[in-house]
Amino acid sequence: MSASWRIGRRSFVDLLLGGGVIGSVVSFLYPVLKFVMPPAVAEAMDQSVVAGKVGELPPNSGKIFKFGRRPGLLISTPSGELRAYDGICTHLNCTVQYRSDFGHIWCACHNGHYDTSGKNISGPPPRPLERYTVSIRGDDIVVSRNS
Amino acid sequence: MMRAGLTFLLMTFAGVALGQDNCLDCHRELEDPAALAMSEDVHAQASVSCADCHGGDRTIETEGDYQLAMDPNKGFIGVPDPGDIPQLCGRCHSDASYMHRFDPNLSVDQVAQYWTSVHGQRLREGATDVAQCASCHHAHGIVSAKDPRSPVYPTRIPETCGACHADPEHMAAYGIPTDQLSEYRAGVHGRALFDRGDLGAPTCNSCHGNHGAAPPGVTSVSLVCGTCHGVQKELFAASPHQEAFDAIDEPECESCHGNHNIEAPTDDFVGVGDEAICMTCHGEGEPAYGVAATVHEEISNLKGAMAAAREVVDRAARAGMEVSEADLGLIDANQTLVESRNLVHAFAVEPLREKVEEGLALATTAREMGVAALAEVDYRRKGLALSVFFILLLAVGLYLKIRQIEERE
Amino acid sequence: MLSSLGERVFHWLDERLDLQPIQRFVREKSVPSHRYSWCYFFGGATLFFFMIQVATGVLLLLYYKPTAEAAFESVRFIMTEVSFGWLIRSLHSWSANLMVLAAFLHMATVFFMRAYRKPRELTWYTGATLLLLAMGFGFSGYLLPWNELAFFATRVGTDMAGKVPLVGRFLLEFLRGGEDVTGATLTRFFGFHVAVLPMMATALILFHLLAIQRQGMSVPLSQKEASTTNAGMPFFPNYFLRELMGWAIALAILAALASLFPWELGEEADAFAPAPAGIKPEWYFVFMFQTLKLLPATVAGVEGELVGLLAFGLAGLAWFFVPVLDIRSSREEPSRWLTLMGVAALLFIAIMTLLGYVMP
Repeated sequence: MSASWRIGRRSFVDLLLGGGVIGSVVSFLYPVLKFVMPPAVAEAMDQSVVAGKVGELPPNSGKIFKFGRRPGLLISTPSGELRAYDGICTHLNCTVQYRSDFGHIWCACHNGHYDTSGKNISGPPPRPLERYTVSIRGDDIVVSRNS
Repeated sequence: MMRAGLTFLLMTFAGVALGQDNCLDCHRELEDPAALAMSEDVHAQASVSCADCHGGDRTIETEGDYQLAMDPNKGFIGVPDPGDIPQLCGRCHSDASYMHRFDPNLSVDQVAQYWTSVHGQRLREGATDVAQCASCHHAHGIVSAKDPRSPVYPTRIPETCGACHADPEHMAAYGIPTDQLSEYRAGVHGRALFDRGDLGAPTCNSCHGNHGAAPPGVTSVSLVCGTCHGVQKELFAASPHQEAFDAIDEPECESCHGNHNIEAPTDDFVGVGDEAICMTCHGEGEPAYGVAATVHEEISNLKGAMAAAREVVDRAARAGMEVSEADLGLIDANQTLVESRNLVHAFAVEPLREKVEEGLALATTAREMGVAALAEVDYRRKGLALSVFFILLLAVGLYLKIRQIEERE
Repeated sequence: MLSSLGERVFHWLDERLDLQPIQRFVREKSVPSHRYSWCYFFGGATLFFFMIQVATGVLLLLYYKPTAEAAFESVRFIMTEVSFGWLIRSLHSWSANLMVLAAFLHMATVFFMRAYRKPRELTWYTGATLLLLAMGFGFSGYLLPWNELAFFATRVGTDMAGKVPLVGRFLLEFLRGGEDVTGATLTRFFGFHVAVLPMMATALILFHLLAIQRQGMSVPLSQKEASTTNAGMPFFPNYFLRELMGWAIALAILAALASLFPWELGEEADAFAPAPAGIKPEWYFVFMFQTLKLLPATVAGVEGELVGLLAFGLAGLAWFFVPVLDIRSSREEPSRWLTLMGVAALLFIAIMTLLGYVMP
């Protein structure tokens, strides 16, 4: 190699350069390495979420869960069957709830009633609630929707 | 000969046993529209014959012998008199054990109800242009009210009633307005029924009754509205307006919302502005004026807070930030807005203010989340800008290195 | 310490691969030193941005989903959930634009220095094709986030392609994967963007670089005297360090742009929504877009847009085949009129681009 290429004594410039190169390499490698490791939630939350744990809901009860940007309603019917629906009332977009005393779904805003199949049975709601698919994956209750 | 005779006997026997309807056969051949319509008729399908209503002998089959068939001595009445129709239909339709054979679910009080109605009363007095059974159900080709082809299917009821009630000439003698149908069409219920196909929306019979049709009395309008709009009804009943309206005999819901052309309510209905209905009765200086103004202001504040939060959150979302928690918060805030609008019917400040405060808190939280997300965008930008500095430092280092090398040469 | 390690590695490889010829070449490689030597940086800058695109593109590939239902959400996921996803994405979007800009500047300096003249015609042809590929990369990549702007810009762009005479219909359906812009278009553009175009670009770049190594750097006619008086600058380490410095500055510009103007996610595409106002293609297409908008409905009885497309087509052909058309430079003679035409073309492009943004 030519003489100009051999680095002799450590000069300030070499230090600066060496430090700069290492700093740059690290500051590039660090984000890249963090990027390639998958985040805690491995997939976009849009199509399916874990809505609860098996056994969490006794029969004739329900709970609201977060499904992307909308609330969802997970219910356990009086006979113990798990069902899930879009939690937004089809009337004026209030959030519905499960009423154990009725044994079906209800909206507080204008007294809209939906049966446990999500069908609008009384009051102002014009359409049934959108139904989601419920599956059990080990201990988790997974709710998914098809776009 | 034996064969022909046997065939004749068999046919007659079969005809009698199966209720053969020669009236129908003959009239079909004549292409009588009434007869042709009977192919889809519930009565025909139940083997009810023309003769069962019109009288006469249905067994006469020879073509030329129609006088034998249409014989007044055998009960033939021809086209029934309008005044006689309710009794005619009622012969079967008011007989519970008879109807039980055909449709156990069908009620049998229609005729009784009909006599209580304005139509029934006028018919008894001798009017010939009021509605009776055949006017709405027609006579031939009757299908179940649950069948969309029926003139009394929910989406067709307005036009059926409107056939008379929207005709100024027809109604001239009675002095009733004829704008109800057009008003109804323009209102929220009409639009729900016709534009969105919402069969839950009320039609003429929902408020006026069908067989016992009569204009509802002043108190009963709101009781009827209250069967669907229960929340508002309950609030109203507990409000100062209930007593006040009862005292001056004002219809409750109708006074502000109308009856046929029920407009979609806006937030400007309540308040002290130009469109405010409160100002129809209340004037400046009254306590009610202050209540109206405050209620309007509270709701406007909530809407404003929600809109401001929405704007910030949307900006953050467009920039690519995660804002689903904020979205859920705004959905909850929207619920409080809907409930606040219900609480207008309490005509008082307090319960409404509480609900609005709830909503304001939710909107504020959502807005703060949006602001935090935008701050994160800013933070990242500053971080990147810092990296620019370091990269330039590297460039400077390289430059110095070049100088160093070339000075040596 | 590091250098002795380097020497040991070099020696180990040399024993097996005989690296002496390469070593000699690198030691002797020199870059002409003259007034316009700074123009030589643009080619390397283009390559630098391309390498950033490949790296960030591969990283994005780990998370991106190329279907109409999932694309937008996957990009949102990258930007919100994946560590530094927002950074990788912003870098990719910005470096794309810088790559096209650098390619264009590189082409312009090559043009004005007549570097395409004999014996470097093939380098020009591969380079011109690479510029077109870069624009293809940009057009196909722009659709991939499947947001509103991209969806409608793609629709407009492919509409224009459909107006080419004779082959327009075929071209439109080939690009769109159907009659209209749909999920099929997205899948197809994804295939172009990550497989077809990279394959073609890699092959062409390799040829382009090999040809340069083989032939050395071209010197503009006006500088031929000046450059023969000096031996030029050794590539290693002098020019190389300068190139690195240039790349560091390019990187700084990239980071500055990504931080000052972070790339937005936008809103998800909705085919049935009306087109938002002011849809424009990417900036490197704006001059064509604006010209076509300004042309009258008919020109001498022929549809205005058709005339525009034909004019651009002819101009494009002339530009591509300039080594053939510029007879004077093949004779090593200057030609002022070609320089003037080049300047005029640049001004036209600049003014039309400006108008495209300024006019409603």
